[in-house]
Amino acid sequence: MDLDKSIIGLSGKTFIFEVEKRHLRKFAEAIGDANPLYFDEEYASNTPYGGLVAPPTFPMAVGANGGDLPLELDTRRMLHGEQEFIYYYPIRPGDRLECQMKVADLYEREGKSGSMQFLVLDTEMKNEEGKTAAISRTNIIYRKLTT
Amino acid sequence: MELDTALNYESLREGQQLEPLTKPPVTKVQLVKYAGASGDFNPLHTDDEFAQKVGMDGVIAHGMLVMGFLGQYIMEIAGNSAELTRFRMRFGAVTKPGDRITCSATVEKVFEENNERYVELELKAEKSPGEVVGSGMAVLRFH
Repeated sequence: MDLDKSIIGLSGKTFIFEVEKRHLRKFAEAIGDANPLYFDEEYASNTPYGGLVAPPTFPMAVGANGGDLPLELDTRRMLHGEQEFIYYYPIRPGDRLECQMKVADLYEREGKSGSMQFLVLDTEMKNEEGKTAAISRTNIIYRKLTT
Repeated sequence: MELDTALNYESLREGQQLEPLTKPPVTKVQLVKYAGASGDFNPLHTDDEFAQKVGMDGVIAHGMLVMGFLGQYIMEIAGNSAELTRFRMRFGAVTKPGDRITCSATVEKVFEENNERYVELELKAEKSPGEVVGSGMAVLRFH
């Protein structure tokens, strides 16, 4: 069954994501990213960032940590089509980010194999000052199953 | 760091191609590490048997790992002269262990907004010339 436009605006529970220095290091290491901005405090403090920050795709690890939507999705139909990050303030080790996922949009497009649905899920991350630090926007292709 | 190309806003021209970055070949160990670090434990990325059951030759890389490569590339390009404000990627062909990914960028737009200077880059991640595993864009704000 196709998704219905009424799901736009649905949001999950807010949850706290604690950003740990060790986690940032492991994340950069896995990518093979040796930029000292992510783990060398002395180096980072002498850059315009003024201290350690998270690698740009790190907010992805936040999404995996929670944010269940009150929505039944068939994971077999989901294909990660596009990913976007919008940055406002740096994410830093020690941050306790307040995160929430919501359905930002649902639209249809005609594709090679007929009409396809696209689901846009936004995870907003607020820092302790209550300011939005970043938004992680996941665009999911919700395919029809052929079987 | 692998690149030494801190950008200079004044010298950027639309259409200009920036020095690319080629990553070492993706390894299975790297996929396991990335699964752990990102929290994405879909066995498609770590379990050959599972991947074969769903019709692949073996495991494939997380799309987000490739976006991580592009993220590394942009941050090296930006150096200390610019800050990343927007970053988007569309996933293309799959990346497999052994693939060497090359990240490249073209200056799409140089512009000012609210008295701040920006550059929009068009990004590409390829496993061989023309075989695109990810394409996208990034916007940098200059200090």
